[in-house]
Amino acid sequence: MDKVEALAKVSPLAAGEKKKVLLKEHIIEIVSDAGEGAQKAGQAFGAISAKSGNGIWTVEIIPAEIQPPPRSKVGGSGNRIRIGSFYITNAGDEADLVVAFNEQSLLGRFESDNMKPNAIVLLEDKWRDHADPEIKKMYREGLDELSKTKLRIYEVPMEKECLKIVQNPQRGKNMWALGMLCSIYSRDLEAARNEIRLTFAKKGEKVIAPNIQLLESGYAWAEENLDFKFEIPSAGIKDRQIVLNGNTALALGVVASGMDVCAMYPITPATSASHYLSEIFEHVGGVVHQAEDEIAAAAFAVGASYAGKCAVTITSGPGLSLKTEVLGLASMAEIPLVVVNVQRGGPSTGLPTKVEQGDLLMSLFHTHGDAPKIVMAPATIEDCFYAPITARKIAETFRMPVYILSDANLATGQQPFMKPEFKEEWVAPPFDQSPVPEDMAPYDWDEETGLSSRIIPGQPGGMHTLTGLAHSRESKVAYDPWINQFAMEKRSKKLAAFQKTLQTPKVHGDKKGDLLIIGWGSTLGVIEEAVDAACEKGYSVSSLHLKYLQPMASGIKEILQQFKQVMTVEINYSDSYKDKFFDENNRRYSNLALLLRARYLIDVDCWSNVFGQPIKPHSIIDMIEERLK
Amino acid sequence: MFGINQNCEIALPDTYYTLEEYQSNVPRWCPGCGDNSILTSVQRLCRDEQLAPEKTVFVSGIGCSSRFPHYMGTDGFHGLHGRALPIAEGIKIRRPDLDVFVNMGDGDCCSIGTAHWIHAVRYNMNMVAMLHNNEIYGLTKLQVSPTSPQGLVTNTTPTGSPLKPIKPLSVTLGISNVSFVAQVGEWMPEMMYDIIKAAYHHRGFSFIHIVQRCPHFTPHMFDHLMQPESILMLQHEDGLNSSETMLKTFKNHENHDPSNLNRARELAEKEDLLPVGILYRNENVEVYDDAKRRKRFVTSEMRKNVLENAFNKILIEPVSGGNGHA
Ligand SMILES: Cc1ncc(C[n+]2csc(CCOP(=O)(O)OP(=O)(O)O)c2C)c(N)n1
Ligand code: SF4
Ligand SMILES: [Mg+2]
Repeated sequence: MDKVEALAKVSPLAAGEKKKVLLKEHIIEIVSDAGEGAQKAGQAFGAISAKSGNGIWTVEIIPAEIQPPPRSKVGGSGNRIRIGSFYITNAGDEADLVVAFNEQSLLGRFESDNMKPNAIVLLEDKWRDHADPEIKKMYREGLDELSKTKLRIYEVPMEKECLKIVQNPQRGKNMWALGMLCSIYSRDLEAARNEIRLTFAKKGEKVIAPNIQLLESGYAWAEENLDFKFEIPSAGIKDRQIVLNGNTALALGVVASGMDVCAMYPITPATSASHYLSEIFEHVGGVVHQAEDEIAAAAFAVGASYAGKCAVTITSGPGLSLKTEVLGLASMAEIPLVVVNVQRGGPSTGLPTKVEQGDLLMSLFHTHGDAPKIVMAPATIEDCFYAPITARKIAETFRMPVYILSDANLATGQQPFMKPEFKEEWVAPPFDQSPVPEDMAPYDWDEETGLSSRIIPGQPGGMHTLTGLAHSRESKVAYDPWINQFAMEKRSKKLAAFQKTLQTPKVHGDKKGDLLIIGWGSTLGVIEEAVDAACEKGYSVSSLHLKYLQPMASGIKEILQQFKQVMTVEINYSDSYKDKFFDENNRRYSNLALLLRARYLIDVDCWSNVFGQPIKPHSIIDMIEERLK
Repeated sequence: MFGINQNCEIALPDTYYTLEEYQSNVPRWCPGCGDNSILTSVQRLCRDEQLAPEKTVFVSGIGCSSRFPHYMGTDGFHGLHGRALPIAEGIKIRRPDLDVFVNMGDGDCCSIGTAHWIHAVRYNMNMVAMLHNNEIYGLTKLQVSPTSPQGLVTNTTPTGSPLKPIKPLSVTLGISNVSFVAQVGEWMPEMMYDIIKAAYHHRGFSFIHIVQRCPHFTPHMFDHLMQPESILMLQHEDGLNSSETMLKTFKNHENHDPSNLNRARELAEKEDLLPVGILYRNENVEVYDDAKRRKRFVTSEMRKNVLENAFNKILIEPVSGGNGHA
């Protein structure tokens, strides 16, 4: 029972015992029980690293429940921070260093293949002699198990050290751990103090002071006791940047777009965008309406759009399912609307906090009948900021719903990008209230493009009744079957007209080769990283990333034709080509693959999974090697 | 009233709107359908209040009654089954300057749209909602409604509806923030006009339960109510004050103070007589659109400042090293 294998020793070091190792990149995870603040520490460490010039990508590790059982494998909450001396585009492979506040959270990460076999572990040791024999036993057995692996485990007296400063180390241990990380990665202590000041700015000096003390204590402890130290040189930053996650970027994008009504119903992982919006929206005359359900939220947004500027509704999969009928109405009645779907694992309640790209086909086709809509997918945090601005413009010009498909990966992932400079043209001009010319109809469809100008309540002479029934140019209920055919054509033409404005996406890598990997949404960074690595290994592989999924730009077929094999990599479900139970007649493809096959009549294969995790670069590299060897 | 609209802009006499200007397509309701008389009262109200047609919006769901906006010369939004209220709320939050009216059937309001109904009462936004209650589904050809009387034979209840109906008045009066509740039969146009007018002038969500005949499917459903003796006229100096002739025709009166919520609830439960008039009115309830009132004038400068403030909190200054990345 007491037999715990010898672990890496932690005892005060003699001067000069520590060697600083220069690294190109490292992946750090910090996990605790929910509420112990690991996320805050991780975010702060990411920000400090970014501000000192490292490339970073941080992503939250979120348990599905608010209060999962403490000390459980599935309850670990925290952050993964990938930092490097180059621009980082994704969460990377397995972790190199893990700070864990208990051994169960650690085991959870280890068993779910999120740690490198020889990762460094800094583990809270207070459980070793815990008063509860059950806990004590669990800790020792867990550690026993882990000591059989190649992990380098350091037991750290976090709680003991924190108790010297605060009475309740549960709140504060995170900042102590942050101090430890700052020492390990040779961070400037003053920069860390500033980050704490910023983090707790709202709470004031009373909270800031002890947290700085904790930070310093953690830093000092690591300096004295840990026998390793790293440095990841700055990547350098030329221009001023901002560092934020995708949901915050979306919210700021909504503000920048000039939209001023957002109707929503809370749903993970979309809600934080609305939280942030609620904080700042009223300063620009905006309203966040939390409706009674998603149907109401969509209908409310449609009502607001109809009566003036385009509105936005923010949701995730289950919410989008509920909004379906209203979105069909928006398409039919040609009401502009921006629909943000921060995708999560489905179907049904699925994996609420986890990443998936399973809603692409749904977004295109979920409404009954033919209801044209535009679907776009941001690929980076920066895209999340600009997407609402572009979407608002498209929605108003083309009088139709525009879907923005983000996902849980982008929602909580943080990545710096160049600070945007606000442009007047982002914002819609005030809506027209001038009288409507005698001969103008509510749907003056242009013969060629299907486009027409909107008439808004308040415009004298513009009175008409908008309807979801088949309708004529004058918005009169269509009893003549010819009118329906005609109007459907006009609404469809708008998509074609918009399509003509799209630029052909650029191939990443050679324009010809053995394999082309096509992706969409948040996987841009990981796919390109994997493709670059595979090319270095000598494989002939390129990638293509689609930001507009409906419609798709011209020239894509020609790109596909230059490659011997074409496949998509997606985070959604598809039947595996390896399983012999499936054949051409029954195999189900991933979302984008099916779409590309249908449009281009090209044999597009797919590789996708639904582990609910961001795809790791090396898993794509392995897959490429397997295909091309 | 005439010449001066809600926003106190002085309207010149040459913008006088005639009744015809509030009319549009010829209604396609069945002859004798109660919806016709509701339409007439509403058009009269618009004329008398001189509502600018382009600044007046009728929002509806789907059903016979929801064809309403198509027959108005104003703006209209013929929406989705059950969803008229949230659409109307979005319009109102966006455009406080518009007069918003909502027309719903009983299926619309009390079945598929029940959640919205409850919450619309609670939001208490400035609009008039009319529930055209014919106690069946008309458009889809005689199915049972949550408001159908027990035992009613319909196409989906061939042996009679097994359940007691929902009482729209009781439900509405049971919701916190309720601020205006009235009831009338569409065959009493004078009362109906007075009630819609009072609803229009109420600040908040005005809910009018209109008992509506459907001669096509249930020609005798409301026969018992056609006798003046079955009506209870609610009269009060703060409520309706009907004409002598009306009061002579309808002999049952009650002096009901619309601020008396308890009595209103009792009246809503009445089985023997149909109370007609204003059951409840309270002008002091929080109005959601006022609470959420937006800053009206937002300059680009203000927008830019809000963004700059947000950016400054997450700013990274240039750092030397590496090749630099944008
Ligand atoms: C989502 C949806 N479900 C069902 C319908 C079919 N439908 C149209 S109107 C209606 C009920 C109409 O009854 P009511 O609301 O009482 O209006 P009335 O016709 O009696 O005026 C139904 C079920 C629909 N249009 N949409
Ligand atoms: S079916 Fe009934 S409710 Fe519908 S129009 Fe005819 S009479 Fe009116
Ligand atoms: Mg009905």
